[in-house]
Amino acid sequence: MDTQTAPGRFGRYGGRYVPETLVPALQELEVAYAEARKDPAFDEQVAQVLREYVGRETPLTPARRLTALWGGAEVWLKREDLAHTGAHKINNTIGQVLLARRMGKRRIIAETGAGQHGVATATACALFGIPCEVYMGALDVERQSLNVFRMKALGATVHAVESGSRTLKDAMNEAMRVWVSQVEDTYYVIGSAAGPHPYPTIVRDFQAIIGKEVRTQSLVHFGRLPDAIIACIGGGSNAIGVLHPFVGDAGVRLVGVEAGGHGLDSGQHGASLTLGTEGVLHGSRSLVLQDEHGQITEAHSISAGLDYPGVGPELAHLAKTGRMEVRTATDDEALASFYQVSRTEGILPALESSHAFARAADLARELGKGKHLVINCSGRGDKDVATIAARGMPAAIRLEGA
Amino acid sequence: MSGEIADAFGRARARGEGALVAYAMAGDPDLARSVDVFAACVEGGADLLEIGVAFSDPIADGPVIQAASERALKAGATLRRVLDEVVPAVRERCPHTPLVVMTYVNVVMALGEARYAKLARERGVSGTILPDLPPEESLSLRAAFDQEGVALIPLCAPTTSPQRAASIAKDARGFVYCVSVAGVTGMRSQLPANLSERLELVRGVSPVPVVAGFGISSAEQARVVGAHADGVVVGSAIVRAAQADGPGAARQLCADIKRGLKR
Ligand SMILES: Cc1ncc(COP(=O)(O)O)c(C=O)c1O
Repeated sequence: MDTQTAPGRFGRYGGRYVPETLVPALQELEVAYAEARKDPAFDEQVAQVLREYVGRETPLTPARRLTALWGGAEVWLKREDLAHTGAHKINNTIGQVLLARRMGKRRIIAETGAGQHGVATATACALFGIPCEVYMGALDVERQSLNVFRMKALGATVHAVESGSRTLKDAMNEAMRVWVSQVEDTYYVIGSAAGPHPYPTIVRDFQAIIGKEVRTQSLVHFGRLPDAIIACIGGGSNAIGVLHPFVGDAGVRLVGVEAGGHGLDSGQHGASLTLGTEGVLHGSRSLVLQDEHGQITEAHSISAGLDYPGVGPELAHLAKTGRMEVRTATDDEALASFYQVSRTEGILPALESSHAFARAADLARELGKGKHLVINCSGRGDKDVATIAARGMPAAIRLEGA
Repeated sequence: MSGEIADAFGRARARGEGALVAYAMAGDPDLARSVDVFAACVEGGADLLEIGVAFSDPIADGPVIQAASERALKAGATLRRVLDEVVPAVRERCPHTPLVVMTYVNVVMALGEARYAKLARERGVSGTILPDLPPEESLSLRAAFDQEGVALIPLCAPTTSPQRAASIAKDARGFVYCVSVAGVTGMRSQLPANLSERLELVRGVSPVPVVAGFGISSAEQARVVGAHADGVVVGSAIVRAAQADGPGAARQLCADIKRGLKR
């Protein structure tokens, strides 16, 4: 019954579970966003910045050597790694920061895991001259020092969050607490398709540009829609962005890949769709990693961007209804894919994206020849090279490259 | 059992006092010793007890209660154990004090809404506060609570419009918890100037008592706020006092605040 009365529901999931202090701000945001969407000038403004500044549209690149190597479907890469700042995150921050400006907000706050969303928010804030504060788990501050530097260089203030697991979920808790205290003049830019309504909808809409482009590009490049699309899932913004425009196309298989971490049996992973249970985290009801007492458990992934114990409510709905297939890739598989893609295509994928590549190999074979598989390359791996190099290059890969 | 809440406010009023709702964290520093803290609050004069049940991701809480949650979780303070071990022990030592559980919605969902409501009633819990459950999301939970006679106590914020506040108050069970500051829990040296107007506004439309909470830590603040409310909630200050100097410090603080609440 409540699923019909509550705002922003995706089946059982979604809603707005926040302190009362924030409810009026979320209602204000919902109204302001609905008005902005009705205003063609706003759409055009967003589109113009994406075109002139972000470098959209991003290419759909044929991956000929991966296609040959995997020996199955024809593989195409959606190149979000070529967007300004190096990942899809910028699509959303440009949209939300323009929305914040339209609402007359004076200050922007954001949370970040890998730092890509923080960099993208700091970038949009620099572009439009708005002060920016970014909350980041202290552990991620260590793992992603390059992105911390980039945010600071862009003029943002970075706060290291020491509570809890010192990762993305704690950064998000802290950003929400700060927002509760400064809600009058502050806009909170959430980086994934999670959080309380209307954020999952707003983020999905701004990221849907990825899937819309894939649609037209597929028709141009291979004359039909893809047979399958695969994307990695942390909170789920790149996945819902590329997949959402295809939800109604029954012939297109939609596949999401979660962080398998050290393996699903190890208890150390980020597989909230695969192993999570229904719960409320960061303002929405979705699938979360938690113990039997409702305490959120720590996620683990080699990629900071997938190290999150929750997932956006719309993806939870797509997974539970079976519209989206969910798979996982372990840290080691992602690492192997990182090298494989780097060497076969000359593209260093982000560790997050490497999870999608890891399962794409199986999927390409499953689909077989004559089919088309699109992999969302959500970001570039430059930010991860220190993490990857620190582990040393596996001997097998050194040999293969010799 | 939520009649107990009305009675407690009535007794304070009859004595010419505002009611003190004392919050402490169950399981901080461990389950047994937190019972001593609750009992000490009642010895100091607390009229109602708010029993905090820790959550790993407490978005409505400031640093003091966040840290208390972490300590309580380490001590094994699950909702189930609080209901089985802390609540009955507190009831035994403070048989006339209504107990209100404060936790987050995920913790209750994990136990099961109906199951929680039933256990809460059986153990003697009069009400529950869930700071991340606004009225729009509360329909099914409230139905489950109503069935067991456990009050779902709503919150009202400084950002809540007068119309919305009126509708929250009209539907309230137990009492209305008016959050005094737009922010998280924690002590404040200054409370907003317009707080008294807001409290009077909510009081004017509420069928149940209205209390102010968040930021209140001294007798003087309790006196100022208590003049416009049926009572005050004190949380972080009690948690900090108990952590630093034990139950005796919590008792002392409650007694001080109670002096501020004399009319
Ligand atoms: C390159 C890249 N891909 C994916 C993600 C995961 O986010 P989401 O699941 O919201 O797409 C991140 C997050 O930081 C990222 O940087």
